[in-house]
Amino acid sequence: MTIVEFLSTYWPRLLTGTGVTIVQFFLAAFLGVAISLVMGLLKLSPNRMLRGFAISYIEFFRGTSLLVQLFWIFYVLPLFGVSIDKFTAGYVAVGMNIGGYGAELVRGGILSVRKGQWEAALAINLSPAKRMWRIILPQALVNMLPAWGNLMIELLKATALVALISVPDLMFEARQINGSTFLSAQVFGTALVIYYLLARFMITPFMRWLERFMARKLGMV
Amino acid sequence: MFDWKWDFVWEIMPRLLVATGNTLLAAGAGYAIAIVLGLVFALAQRGPSRLLAFVVRELVEFIRSTPLLLQVFFVFFVGPQFGIRLSPWTSGMIAIGLHYACYLSEVYRGGIESVPRGQWEASTALNMSTIQTYRRVIIPQAIPSSLTGMGNYLVGIFKDTPMLSVIGVAELVHTANAIGSEHYRFLEPLTLVGLIFLAISLPAAGLIRLLEGYVRRKLGM
Amino acid sequence: MTQSFDHPLEITGTPPPMVSFRNVCKAYGSLVVLDNLNLDINAGEMVSIIGPSGSGKTTVLRMLMTLEQINGGVIYVDGKPLTHMPKHGKLVPANQRHLRQRRVDIGMCFQHFNLFPHMTALENCMEGPVQVLGMRKPEARARCEELLEMVGMIDKKDQHPSRLSGGQQQRVAIARALAMRPKVMLFDEVTSALDPEVIGEVTEVIRKLVSEHNLTMLMVTHQMGFARDISDRVCFFYGGKIEEQGPPSQIFGNPERERTQQFLSAVREAI
Repeated sequence: MTIVEFLSTYWPRLLTGTGVTIVQFFLAAFLGVAISLVMGLLKLSPNRMLRGFAISYIEFFRGTSLLVQLFWIFYVLPLFGVSIDKFTAGYVAVGMNIGGYGAELVRGGILSVRKGQWEAALAINLSPAKRMWRIILPQALVNMLPAWGNLMIELLKATALVALISVPDLMFEARQINGSTFLSAQVFGTALVIYYLLARFMITPFMRWLERFMARKLGMV
Repeated sequence: MFDWKWDFVWEIMPRLLVATGNTLLAAGAGYAIAIVLGLVFALAQRGPSRLLAFVVRELVEFIRSTPLLLQVFFVFFVGPQFGIRLSPWTSGMIAIGLHYACYLSEVYRGGIESVPRGQWEASTALNMSTIQTYRRVIIPQAIPSSLTGMGNYLVGIFKDTPMLSVIGVAELVHTANAIGSEHYRFLEPLTLVGLIFLAISLPAAGLIRLLEGYVRRKLGM
Repeated sequence: MTQSFDHPLEITGTPPPMVSFRNVCKAYGSLVVLDNLNLDINAGEMVSIIGPSGSGKTTVLRMLMTLEQINGGVIYVDGKPLTHMPKHGKLVPANQRHLRQRRVDIGMCFQHFNLFPHMTALENCMEGPVQVLGMRKPEARARCEELLEMVGMIDKKDQHPSRLSGGQQQRVAIARALAMRPKVMLFDEVTSALDPEVIGEVTEVIRKLVSEHNLTMLMVTHQMGFARDISDRVCFFYGGKIEEQGPPSQIFGNPERERTQQFLSAVREAI
């Protein structure tokens, strides 16, 4: 079967799979960014309890495998009475995992803002919350965006694992088609190319644009 | 914790320990491949052939932007289609070694680029050949700045080995799943696997940081 | 360092000194930076601090801005304690709330300007009035435009700091501090990071403040000529202590202490 024949037969399934991958990506990204922000800030908190909580979270999610976390959330959590469907389990696991890595980026970004900015914010008597929100975080954001570009690619790749709990994403569809046709080169090759296109021509350009946009918006060119 | 059965834990522990050995073996072998192949990729991108540099650059980008899980399937299933049969271990090592070789090539590249231009000029002034310059001057200086990245990816490859479970490599997650479906109990095996990962990756990360400091001091930087 | 002195809950007097350091000590570990500092600054007075590096000059300003905690003694501003607060008839170390209430009286300009890079010149100035004083935006804008006019930066009010020269940034920083209407202004080596040809535009603004406004000012500087011209009093710091203080004519014209003489002749030689 040529690649053209293959594609003309299986494109609808690959397309819906890609759609599911994209939805999983966005939901996980949303959750991951929110968790990163909270955990990154908590890790810098002067309160030892909060700091300890953030450190535990980050070390746990960075210290174990995403696949283990995914299986644990999907297979073990129901034993504690927390039952979530596979679609939710998928992006929640990926988002929580990425949140652990993102928290370190947020923390690094905040620490990269020069000390003088904290002092100037204090000298005009801004409250601690406003110092962080209005002065430090915008600058931290610009500093850490390049690293977020890489993390977003990692996030896209991580979503492929949700196929292993039967979320019908691109990876899952590719495996199904492979199982019934054994056209492995065609189906896995096509899936690889689709992931590559998403990463290289959607995520990367968007993140680059966001970097430029934020730098311009904040006048930090 | 309710429903947690210690006697079951002791029953499955020997199998999990064997699987831990397999996981470490897979990570070690994959990393060995990645270290060597990564250097080849890095040097090819700086070599005299523009075409080779371009091809390698694109290949590295492609592999880095697509999911390892999919690459594992690709390597395992595409061979038989063309009459080449690879064992799960062989395909697993090829996939994970190649994937991390791409990451490491970026680490090396960064390290090499961090060596100031003046070092190249001084080597030229001493009439050293390119190979001599790399071996005697550039690479020794590139190592310290590459260490952090190399260490992170050693822990990274260890945490990614569970992806090999999908093609039947009997590492931790594969074993935990097998135990789970034999006994209809996932709580203990999956939780233990998570703990084993933490118990290895956290000290490993600490150890790598110590080693980094040691090498830096040793090289007088 | 124990607090072996009894400090009053409030300094009385008509009027009380605007700033009063009473037995203030500061150490980093075993390194003593300030050793039992006593210094009163009257309302409307312009005091310059000079001395060799490491003599504790900048620390004096940073403590007054509450950027550094003190290890002993009390600092009063406008007669009321800054570093401490009264509790059950005694002074106890201030909490964050007390510091925020008392900091409103103090403004500061830094050696490296520390303008907020993501805000325009005008936004930098309006940040404090709007976010801290709760002023309405039009009102804050009017106040800040007036100040930018005074420092000669009104035509650059919509520029971000990255587009401004060092001298221009420092003038905006002065306007930003003034926008909070502080009673005390602190200038920490505000010309040290500037190219020689733009130092004048910043010192001009400070001169103008001295002659037209009744602000209390405390300035750390390496520019002896400038300190001589505009100060009411000059303090020479050496080894964490005030070695000598007095009117500029005395310090620069007829210093009594040997260390002051040595320092000034060393500085003159450098020029």
